[in-house]
Amino acid sequence: MNNILPLIQNECIKVIKKKRFYVILLVILLLVPMFTYAQVKSAERNQGKFNDDWRLELQQRITDNQNSLGSDRIPEEWKQYRLIFIQQMQYYLDQDVNPNQPTGVNFTREFMNNAVSLFIPLLIMAIASDLVSGERTNGTIKMLLTRPVKRWKVLFSKLVTLVMFVSLIILATYAIAYGISGLAFGYKGFQLPVFTGFRINGSDVDVSSVHAVPQWQYLMMQAGLVWFVSLSVAMLAFMVSVLVRSTAASIVVMMAALISGTILTNMASAWTSAKYLFMVNLNLTSYLEGSLPPIEGMTLNFSLAVLGIWALAAVIISFTVFTRRDILN
Amino acid sequence: MSRTESDVVLSVDHVKKKIGRKWIIKDVSFEIREGEVFGFLGPNGAGKTTTIRMLVDLIKPTEGMIKVCGYDVNRQQEQALQYVGSIVENPEMYSFLTGWENLEHFARMQPGIDQDRIREVVEIVRMDKRIHDKVSTYSLGMRQRLGIAQALLGRPKLLILDEPTNGLDPKGIKEMRQFIHRLAAEGMAVFVSSHLLSEIQLLCDRVAIISRGNVLAVGGVQELIQDSSGYVVWHVSPPDLGLQLLDKMPECEVIETPSEVLDDSVLAGMSERAVVTRIQEEDISRAVHHLVSSNVQVLGVNRINPTLEQLFLQMTEGESIE
Repeated sequence: MNNILPLIQNECIKVIKKKRFYVILLVILLLVPMFTYAQVKSAERNQGKFNDDWRLELQQRITDNQNSLGSDRIPEEWKQYRLIFIQQMQYYLDQDVNPNQPTGVNFTREFMNNAVSLFIPLLIMAIASDLVSGERTNGTIKMLLTRPVKRWKVLFSKLVTLVMFVSLIILATYAIAYGISGLAFGYKGFQLPVFTGFRINGSDVDVSSVHAVPQWQYLMMQAGLVWFVSLSVAMLAFMVSVLVRSTAASIVVMMAALISGTILTNMASAWTSAKYLFMVNLNLTSYLEGSLPPIEGMTLNFSLAVLGIWALAAVIISFTVFTRRDILN
Repeated sequence: MSRTESDVVLSVDHVKKKIGRKWIIKDVSFEIREGEVFGFLGPNGAGKTTTIRMLVDLIKPTEGMIKVCGYDVNRQQEQALQYVGSIVENPEMYSFLTGWENLEHFARMQPGIDQDRIREVVEIVRMDKRIHDKVSTYSLGMRQRLGIAQALLGRPKLLILDEPTNGLDPKGIKEMRQFIHRLAAEGMAVFVSSHLLSEIQLLCDRVAIISRGNVLAVGGVQELIQDSSGYVVWHVSPPDLGLQLLDKMPECEVIETPSEVLDDSVLAGMSERAVVTRIQEEDISRAVHHLVSSNVQVLGVNRINPTLEQLFLQMTEGESIE
């Protein structure tokens, strides 16, 4: 096992020297202020409208949504989303808790909820998709594999490096989101309560098991789920990177899969066996919020299992192919 | 000269490779011994690179066995490859790292290579001035040298170089040749592939000639040359009479179209009136005597050893080299 560590060191040096990680940090640093600014603007507008009373604002949103339920032009699935949204907001109102208090912590939580299914997977692809196919694209795979090291060890060192950088990307996203939004909204809010444990039965929300957790605890649970999603996406991108010779092709394949997931999620429900596809299961954090899953029958455990199985299969395929394949070019 | 088994560094035993439905390598066998420069000669597409890839475990042979210092390359990669340094095709290194960082990278993949050894190989390939620059700024010649430095890191017993003089200028080629001879003199076995015949002649002790996935011949470069009868170029005056006399001698065969059998470089320096014949060594003086006694002046008699190119053309019955 001793000779694996220098290999991991090699892989880390390559990722860093290739400046991929800096690009990722730069992307986060550029995008987060943009979203923060949007959030500031919307907070300002609501302040003017409702005289800084969040109860009035929340009541208004509930009423707006209720009114739209009567309209024939709204599709059935949307109505269900809204029905559930109304019941949840009503619960917050009843408990006298502001669900959208503009704090740095709240922004971070919301940002991660939205980033988990597309934004963070894209950042991960920047590293994962290049890890193996990059060596083939520039021909260095020949030198890498003609050293006296078994192939599985080479691939394993790359996998470990990937897991480390995925974790680092998530940490960095949290840190940057909190750091920048805090400038606008303040750094407080770790102790504010958030409700979790909403159960959905058809279009009814079961609040019997709802409980309040402090924001920091919620963030930890969320981070765990984000990490799990990210790892499974990373494993899949890793497999594509093993199978496909060029980095560009590898990125395109993964990107297509992820975007098709977003589209399928929005089309929703009718095709129920689509729930076994990994890309519709990426929105793990929505279970924590208690929103309606994209396809009926999906639960947190179901999605964890689907992602886990896909990731495991990807790792097995990666190692099988990589250790046996002839390097012809 | 008797060779013992332990001298054999690389043995390739009836190796075959099928890709898709096609046999790319039909039957390749040869051995390389310590301190020997071994040439692997064949036209492009003959299977040179495929064979080299099998030697370093990038491709698994369909049949046959490759052993380095007694270890099976495909089953005991870690043991076998520790004795091998190689450049397969182009010396591709990480262009975003410096030369030194590249060497450190590959040094970490093998135990027992420290900073001193890296410094040593940098000196061997005379890269000390530019070693801390990014590889992306290197010329092809420098990349080639860095590639060799990488191959030498693990003090290999077998060095495999795929077309090592490709892309080098004449000075670089000469340096490379001296360098390879020096390594062989120190006891290393060097395997060099090339489609350039002159290169193999100047560089190698022994050669395997490969065409369409088959080894046509393996032997000493000199042996292979002596095996086939040589050509002789005559400069005589008057040329017409000389030609007539030579043509009538039974032991002498006049070649009507010398361009078919001789190298372009030989033809270029030959006068148009010269007569090219095929004649055995021992018959030459008799032929000279015959000419002189018939009042034909002999101005010059040049023996021309066949080049590997002719050899190759004979063996492959005219398949082109390029």
